[in-house]
Amino acid sequence: MRKIALIGFITCLVFYSRAQNLLIKNGTVLTVTKGILENTDVLVKDGKISQVGKNITAPAGYRTIDATGKFVMPGIIDAHSHQGIDAINEWTNPVTAEVAVGDALNPFQISLYRALGGGVTTIHTMHGSANAIGGQCETIKLRYGVKNPEELIMNGAPRTIKFALGENPTRVHGGGNAIVPRTRMGVEFVMREAFSKAREYAAAWDTYNKNKLQKGFRGAPPEYNYRLETLAEVLKGNIMIHCHSYRADEIYMMLNVCKDFGIKKIVFQHVNEGFKVAPELAAYGAMASVFSDWWAYKFEVYYSTAYNAAILTRNGVTTSINSDDGELMRHLYHEAAKTQKYGGLTDEEALALITINPAKQLGIENQVGSIEAGKDADIVIFSAHPLSIYGVPMVTIVDGVVRFDREKDPDDMRIYVDPKEEIDMATFTEDHDHESCMQGAADMFTKLFETN
Amino acid sequence: MTNRHMKRLMFLLILFLILPVVAGYSQSPKAKHGTFALTNATIETVTKGVIQNGTVLISDGKIQAVGTSVAIPEGAEIIDCKGLWIYPGMIDGSTKVGLSEIEADPRTRDFNEVGDVIPQMKALTAINPNSAHIPVTRISGVTTVIATPDGDIIPGTAALINLHGYTPDQMFAGFEGVVLNFPKSGRRGNNDKRTDDEIKKEYEKKIEKLNDVWEKAVQYHKLDSATKSTGLTYYPEMQALLPVVRGERAMVVYANAEKDIRAALKWVSDRKIKKIIFSGVAEGWRVAEELAKANIPVIAGPVLAMPSREYDRYDKAYANPGLMKKAGVKVCLATYEDRGNVRNLPYHAGFAAAYGLGKEEALKAVTIVAAEIFGVQDKLGSIEVGKNATLFVSDGDPFETKTNIRHVFINGWNMPMISRQTELYDEFLKREPGK
Repeated sequence: MRKIALIGFITCLVFYSRAQNLLIKNGTVLTVTKGILENTDVLVKDGKISQVGKNITAPAGYRTIDATGKFVMPGIIDAHSHQGIDAINEWTNPVTAEVAVGDALNPFQISLYRALGGGVTTIHTMHGSANAIGGQCETIKLRYGVKNPEELIMNGAPRTIKFALGENPTRVHGGGNAIVPRTRMGVEFVMREAFSKAREYAAAWDTYNKNKLQKGFRGAPPEYNYRLETLAEVLKGNIMIHCHSYRADEIYMMLNVCKDFGIKKIVFQHVNEGFKVAPELAAYGAMASVFSDWWAYKFEVYYSTAYNAAILTRNGVTTSINSDDGELMRHLYHEAAKTQKYGGLTDEEALALITINPAKQLGIENQVGSIEAGKDADIVIFSAHPLSIYGVPMVTIVDGVVRFDREKDPDDMRIYVDPKEEIDMATFTEDHDHESCMQGAADMFTKLFETN
Repeated sequence: MTNRHMKRLMFLLILFLILPVVAGYSQSPKAKHGTFALTNATIETVTKGVIQNGTVLISDGKIQAVGTSVAIPEGAEIIDCKGLWIYPGMIDGSTKVGLSEIEADPRTRDFNEVGDVIPQMKALTAINPNSAHIPVTRISGVTTVIATPDGDIIPGTAALINLHGYTPDQMFAGFEGVVLNFPKSGRRGNNDKRTDDEIKKEYEKKIEKLNDVWEKAVQYHKLDSATKSTGLTYYPEMQALLPVVRGERAMVVYANAEKDIRAALKWVSDRKIKKIIFSGVAEGWRVAEELAKANIPVIAGPVLAMPSREYDRYDKAYANPGLMKKAGVKVCLATYEDRGNVRNLPYHAGFAAAYGLGKEEALKAVTIVAAEIFGVQDKLGSIEVGKNATLFVSDGDPFETKTNIRHVFINGWNMPMISRQTELYDEFLKREPGK
């Protein structure tokens, strides 16, 4: 019944959220890449930012949004999320490059709407961290209101894949299934073995493809294997690795693996001890997507520091702040602001952590992540500066469509209240798991290790 | 003895001579006690307005003077607070600080003892004064927290502690309360696979158990009074509940869902329990008027949380403290963080402020109102003469993330502004060997 009610609400949303041409008038525009522009207008046409400047007159048929006294910033990008999907961990093998969370998209998740309420417009929704080599991830736009899962997918976003180091894969496979990896040594081996096989696989296909053009060739093609096919694409640089990691030693190990297999594009996720190997990350051109201040939920994050993002930034690593969580996701602007306390980042540096930097990490920096003419019209209007605790996201626009408007937000999203609903279905914070990465594999953990 | 042996012996000897010196250097700086004059500050007293360009004088662990014309005694250490603000230390109404070090490691979890009704389990017993989380928390201006047991119906007795001290006695801040996790009538989230019937049965069983325990406690009180505390056999559960029955100790009733809050309200009023504090109250806004009418104060939070129902407005958790306050409920705040992010209490307060509670009330909620709810308003919660010198100095509004905390005093001890997290920053910002 709840679902029906929500779908009803979505229908209402769709009704008032058809694409419109907009003029956002007279705001303080935090472009992120081109400085702060006071009393500036942003013109939105056909889902794109068409002009940024002063005293723009709205052409006929444009809706005007008055942003006087308000702050206009690019839509927030979350480089690590598990929202909008109905399956997270295919934890049946240490290597599952063949699966993709894009096959399990769910446009009806209320968390997508709530994230819009926190100014988020694009998320990287990821496979979990149960496997050393997990599944493929998906970059989606929060077009909450669409019913077709495919419509969430961001066109033009490069392919990405989840890798994972440390406690999660070693506990699931070594601990749970008594197979490699049980240790960080094993994790390295899994990576090297998988890439070596993928390299052989790609070579076998190259040979076949070359030979089959020869006259009189009679050989059979190599057996098709989507797992190795995917990994071969990683080796070719066509799929970017997003690697769950915590400890400095394992991060360093992974850099060496990448070096040996000629992999250039890698983003480390969580990377709580990234600050310890920041010069090495910077030298390699690896990027880092971190929590602002989460720590001590397990041993490998006990020696963490909230100064991680600042140390990485100061050492020249392209850094973002992510959520990995439906709740944290709603206040990424606040999470980014914490880097001003922990390390004194400037406004521009702090805002980059949740806009242009995660865009770079997802390879979508030419489409989103800043307010510039030609980019997607993904825009948030804040009541006060987004890095202030008192800044409230008022309007969130995705591709020129107003998907969230605080003034019009209903108190109760139900159209129909079920009078027979006797058992409450309410969730509270104590039920919420701090590392969404392990969803799906968590039940097994509870049995095995009695860790809630 | 060969030459090699001699060399080794000399080496060891030198090592022994050097070691104490090295150890002396590597030791963490200690808190300082003495007479301190914090001068030229903007003082947010909380209870008596804001004093511009004022001085707070601290000695013997107390606030000795507050004002614009304070005589500074000879020998006082003067800390110039020009451009800075002084606030009373912030109080978090529910944490597991000292009882939980690393979530995933059961050996570091000391808040969940075996048993469904165990009020005799005291948080104060198990608090680790050397937890890495304590310095991390206090240098953010959160000086005082409730450390609470958790588990089944009555998991133990919570304690208010100051975040400085080497023994539980030194840390104890003057409040203990028996925790009651009021039985939940609803489903425990999406992973709760029980049938409706199972849920109902389990709920009824727990309520029955709770009723039975209270009935016993009342009988125990009558017997104990009649025998003038002699002649009763050892019964730790009942002995721990006795002060609650007698209205000498508070019961902290944790309930979140509307139905459960209503049931808890009825339960405590039917039994005329005198000292009651409600905790959690995520859906307190749905029952705000009744809570106000019953005159029951609440610990509310976490503010940075999801709404409890899919159909509720997205910002209900942010707005909850403000909505309850507006209805006349006495509200203090809590992060309900188990460990390391109790430091975010000012940000929970900031969100509550931005979504309806207002700055002034939010500040009160984490200072004087919390002190009043825990009955320690004579010692904590404001900058007033005679109160404990438990306060902090900041370079701005403590709810703003840009703001830095410059000094923290706990019971007059000037705390070093260092935690493991700042030490890692100092070591690794410019790492050696670098590139």
